Amino acid sequence: MYDLIVIGGGPAGLAAAHAAWEKGLKHILIVERDKELGGILNQCIHNGFGLHYFKEELTGPEYAGRFIHMLEDTGVEVLLDTMVLTITSDRQVHMVGKSTGYRVEEAKAIILAMGCRERTRGAIAIPGQRPAGIFTAGAAQRYVNMEGYLPGRRVVILGSGDIGLIMARRMTLEGAKVLACVEVMPYSGGLNRNIVQCLHDYDIPLYLSHTVTDIRGRNRVEQVVVSKVDNRRQPIPGTEMVFDCDTLLLSVGLIPENELTRQAGIRMDPRTNGAVVYENMETSLPGVFACGNVAHVHDLVDFVTAESQRAGRAAADYVLGAAPSSDSVLEVNNGDGVTYTVPQHIRPNRVEKNCDLFFRVNRICKNSEILVTSGAQTIAKFPREHMAPGEMEHIVLPRVLLERAQEDITVSIQEGASK
Amino acid sequence: MYDVLIIGCGITGAATAFHLSRYRLKTAILERENDVADGTTKANSAILHAGYDPEPGTLMAKLNVRGAALAKELCAQLDVPYQPCGSFVLAFSPQDEATLQDLFRRGQANGVPELRLLTGEEARAMDPNLSEQVTAALYAPTAAICSPWEYCLALAETAVRNGTELHLRTAVTGLEPVEGGWLVHTNQGDFRSRYVINAAGVSAQAVHEMAAPTTFVIHPSRGQYYLLDKSEGDRVKHVIFQCPGPNGKGVLVAPTVHGNLIVGPNADPVPDEDVGTTAEGLNFVRTTAQKSVPSVNFRESIRNFSGVRSSTNRGDFVIEMAAPHFLDLAGICSPGLTAAPAIAEYAAELLAGDGLALEEKPDFFCQRRRVRFHDLSPAEKAKLVAEHPAYGRVICRCETVTEGEILEALRGPIPPCSVDGVKRRVGAGMGRCQGGFCGPRVVEILCRELGITPDHMVQDKDGSWLLVGETKGGNNHV
Repeated sequence: MYDLIVIGGGPAGLAAAHAAWEKGLKHILIVERDKELGGILNQCIHNGFGLHYFKEELTGPEYAGRFIHMLEDTGVEVLLDTMVLTITSDRQVHMVGKSTGYRVEEAKAIILAMGCRERTRGAIAIPGQRPAGIFTAGAAQRYVNMEGYLPGRRVVILGSGDIGLIMARRMTLEGAKVLACVEVMPYSGGLNRNIVQCLHDYDIPLYLSHTVTDIRGRNRVEQVVVSKVDNRRQPIPGTEMVFDCDTLLLSVGLIPENELTRQAGIRMDPRTNGAVVYENMETSLPGVFACGNVAHVHDLVDFVTAESQRAGRAAADYVLGAAPSSDSVLEVNNGDGVTYTVPQHIRPNRVEKNCDLFFRVNRICKNSEILVTSGAQTIAKFPREHMAPGEMEHIVLPRVLLERAQEDITVSIQEGASK
Repeated sequence: MYDVLIIGCGITGAATAFHLSRYRLKTAILERENDVADGTTKANSAILHAGYDPEPGTLMAKLNVRGAALAKELCAQLDVPYQPCGSFVLAFSPQDEATLQDLFRRGQANGVPELRLLTGEEARAMDPNLSEQVTAALYAPTAAICSPWEYCLALAETAVRNGTELHLRTAVTGLEPVEGGWLVHTNQGDFRSRYVINAAGVSAQAVHEMAAPTTFVIHPSRGQYYLLDKSEGDRVKHVIFQCPGPNGKGVLVAPTVHGNLIVGPNADPVPDEDVGTTAEGLNFVRTTAQKSVPSVNFRESIRNFSGVRSSTNRGDFVIEMAAPHFLDLAGICSPGLTAAPAIAEYAAELLAGDGLALEEKPDFFCQRRRVRFHDLSPAEKAKLVAEHPAYGRVICRCETVTEGEILEALRGPIPPCSVDGVKRRVGAGMGRCQGGFCGPRVVEILCRELGITPDHMVQDKDGSWLLVGETKGGNNHV
């Protein structure tokens, strides 16, 4: 029996496994479905990773490489090219691989670190023909950066998520012409630095409040029609622009990959599409933890790392019997302006000194305050000049404040509150 | 000289080829696309209808009920996913209830077994997500669902195993009557045959007119669909229809044999085989379906598609000798998928009546099995992977499809040559990520096994190329 099985060897799984090892777990297995560790970072060959965590700019493979290197002499076992098929509620993990064979392993704790997948054309029902040449941005990134093939020469990008922005630059550098980046919302879904460095620097127009309303071409994309949308996101007739292109890239959102989680009967949060987690990233199934993009979609890998280290340490505490028993639980509610929070539940007596709380806002908020309330009582306030749905927010709640909360707590945004 | 040439390898051509392959005949199928089942057969509701809908006395009525019974046996013999889930036609008004009475009487005249009229409460007790507005329903327990493309593939594969030739990428350009049969001109040269069967689907009128004066006119009618994630797959247990209208059986909500939920179709007249979708069409499908099952969650959509029905001005299947030694199997719109094996039997009867000798082959082989890794028990999975490690490498993670299954398809009688060809054979790319993850891996396997480079790989039909070429640095490093 393993102390810990980590499902997924991307940034979340690597950081979690290392943190658990540092806390004293020695019998750890990482199961990775790809042929190497590193997850999606391996195809993210651009720089900008690690500014928070390593205080320097790394490429995706370099960032993953740091953690792979840290695990080298730890004795943490790794199974590559191995897919987990099922997790049972008694922590048996069924897995299969070409050289692994079909194996069932038991663990005292499990960390779910399966990451996320991209939303597709079908999920947003773009009308039109169904030719080849419509790729999710991540699939196109794999073709370009891993396989060495260019998916197209004249490109329209729908969605301003970070991968789409990165691919706008990448396709341009490979000699393709990126005609437009089209975003249905009145603001970008990606990081501001990517708008500047990937679109502005290459004179690629960004059409906010626009969407793709038709795709033309029998066998391969020939044209894409883009229309302006009204404030209910409905296309406005007469505003159509036709782009002659051979490729449409989609960067329209990421969905945590939680099929194993659901199958195991773990409680899910429809707002994050991830498991409901406690302050230490433990799920509703004791001894099973979730971290990284499988729990909620992050913008920056540095935050994935920090969150996964917390999960790894908590899994070690669980296995070593270091976690306190009797718990009171505070639920974290989403107030005005807040789309989701992680964690969704906090056990104050399990918080060491501070509790990290992540959330997203549902609109652009200027000169606002983040309010943390418990009943009528405001337990904390955090001023922010600017918040956007595309940028995850992070606040730190000291344990002493949480212990003062008499009832469930609510996070909300009060606009125009600060100067 | 062939005995029979079949033009088109959709469900009608494949079923006919399969049926004729039990006789001592030299038969070939000419298919213009690079794969079988690439037209209407791959884009329809996937329903095997019970047979209460067609007007008694029509070919549709006769062949539907017979076809439904044959389909059940064939799917079992040829390992085609099939579920006898039964169907409801819903009534929302006294007028609809009168329609149900008509359908019930028609069904009895057509010989549909076990039909029952239910009250709204009885229907909701059997399928709890039906609308509260449903006042009555016609229940047809013999209706079923299947995988139409695998059905077609299984029939065509079995025909090929029994000696039928399949010529892909072979488009018929002209038909010339010659002594004792036909000279068939194609883009791949000429074929000479005693008999020609026209199973060209939406193009059947064009093929007919190469051989005979016009006797029917095809009015292509497009139907648009939603396919929803498996999380919605249990929304209904039966195929849920509304009362049929002049444009067909209306918008249905049904489970699929793959565990998804299918919703559609509408009916738009289109000039040709235009399989696009439109915002209006999809919107109509959504709102109409919610009348039957208000709780369908369209946020779980994973794909939209459309298919084109080859409806004609004749209102019935067109199955007749249109010229000497030339048989039309045309206008095969709904319930064509269901009727296909009965159409094939009837076609053979007509050819026999016209003088074609049908002598059974003693060695006719009618069996087919393939590995479906996902459906195996843990012990079976373990044994298979130990014997054949390629079944241990999961390529499509949404549907749990392995490299072993793809290799098996590539070594089958009709190997795939496109990414969607793999999807239709083994299900890779059919799931919630729609090939985002497995697409590049399927391309890699196809290219390796077929000995081509990725920039020559297509998504589906010839011309649907995926990649324009190597990046500036080339791919020499990989």
